[in-house]
Amino acid sequence: MKGKTTNFGVFVNGLLKENPVLRLVLGTCPTLAITTAVFNGLGMGIAATFVLICSNMVISALRKLIPAQVRLPAFIVIIASFVTLVHMLIKAYVPALNDALGVYLPLITVNCIILGRAEMFASKNGVLKSALDGLGMGLGFTIVLVLMSAVRELVGAGTLLGFQIMPEAVSPLTVAILPPGGFFVFGCFMALAIFLETKMGNKPNVNLQCGACPSADNCPAKGVGEA
Amino acid sequence: MKLAFIFFSMVLVNNYVLVKFLGICPFLGVSKKLDSSVGMSAAVIFVMVLSTAVTWPVYTYLLVPNGLEYLNNISFILIIAVLVQLVEIALRKFIPPLYKSLGIYLPLITTNCAVLGVTMLNIETPSLIDPSAPYYTYPEALLCALGAGVGFGLAMVIFSGVRRKIELAKPPKPFEGLPITLVAASITSLSFMGFSGLLESLFGIVV
Repeated sequence: MKGKTTNFGVFVNGLLKENPVLRLVLGTCPTLAITTAVFNGLGMGIAATFVLICSNMVISALRKLIPAQVRLPAFIVIIASFVTLVHMLIKAYVPALNDALGVYLPLITVNCIILGRAEMFASKNGVLKSALDGLGMGLGFTIVLVLMSAVRELVGAGTLLGFQIMPEAVSPLTVAILPPGGFFVFGCFMALAIFLETKMGNKPNVNLQCGACPSADNCPAKGVGEA
Repeated sequence: MKLAFIFFSMVLVNNYVLVKFLGICPFLGVSKKLDSSVGMSAAVIFVMVLSTAVTWPVYTYLLVPNGLEYLNNISFILIIAVLVQLVEIALRKFIPPLYKSLGIYLPLITTNCAVLGVTMLNIETPSLIDPSAPYYTYPEALLCALGAGVGFGLAMVIFSGVRRKIELAKPPKPFEGLPITLVAASITSLSFMGFSGLLESLFGIVV
């Protein structure tokens, strides 16, 4: 793919081809947990995108200074600092979002999309490209979160962003916003992504890609579950 | 009694994997075989209890008195990372057989959100025993961590059984692989919803 080297290609990559949630299967925990309402999905997406861009930029700027042996702890500290920053900002200005996201907000620290991009992209590329990669990946993440939460909110509560959409006569299927609904809708979305990709003529990889995990390189358990 | 309530509610009602969606990556990645899911769960239980045993005192006696509560995120993740490394080194040196069976799962745990999640929730959830305490007391926190780990293990073991059946099934083409696994997880999670309300009537505690 020639476009991959251009700045625009780096940006678009995260939106479709390497969509972090549907294709790389990263960041599954927040995807399942907070997509019960569009407001939450949007808030989570924006918060994670902000952290992703900032941490990608800082890590890429420091990539020559951080010794390879301690890079993972160093990355985690940088990411955790930005997450703390975002957490405090949201607490101060959008307390409703803080209440809705709860513990999942500080848990952006261990969202593997962020550490994964730091390890796979930012530690090998320049600052501008890393920022664009963060933006693309973050937007890809946000889009999936918003779509998933739209489906779940519409089916589970009959509303969108809090506004009543479904007629009152249609009683909502509450199970869609409960945990089982999360797994189910996520499974269907992933199947849809695979279906679309097959239609476009690509051959998608259907197995869980352990290699996308940030700790894959130094993880002896890589491939253990796949035999 | 209240401690037992915390333990069972973490295992069954608030199951970390199937209800709170923490630790989904290892749940999907390592649950294909029974022995690997048992190994992973044992490692998770161990690290969860150990890191709670350290983060709770650090938060209570170091961060709170100095007004540094906002540093909990950074300090907890560092403590977990260091602990996992230490445990790995200690196991390799002193108990090689255990290292062989558990060691390979340890590096996966540093970035496991279930571990950071349990340490964070322990300093946020109101205490049941001592109403004057701002959050879980030390024994409660330890038991909560143990329950979370056991719940993780229970879900992993049950789900590895479910997955063996899925291997034999033939879903529609786009659902093959991960998507059908997620749908199966949805049904497993549905069964855990049956536990809600059970504990309240059993122990007579309203949360």
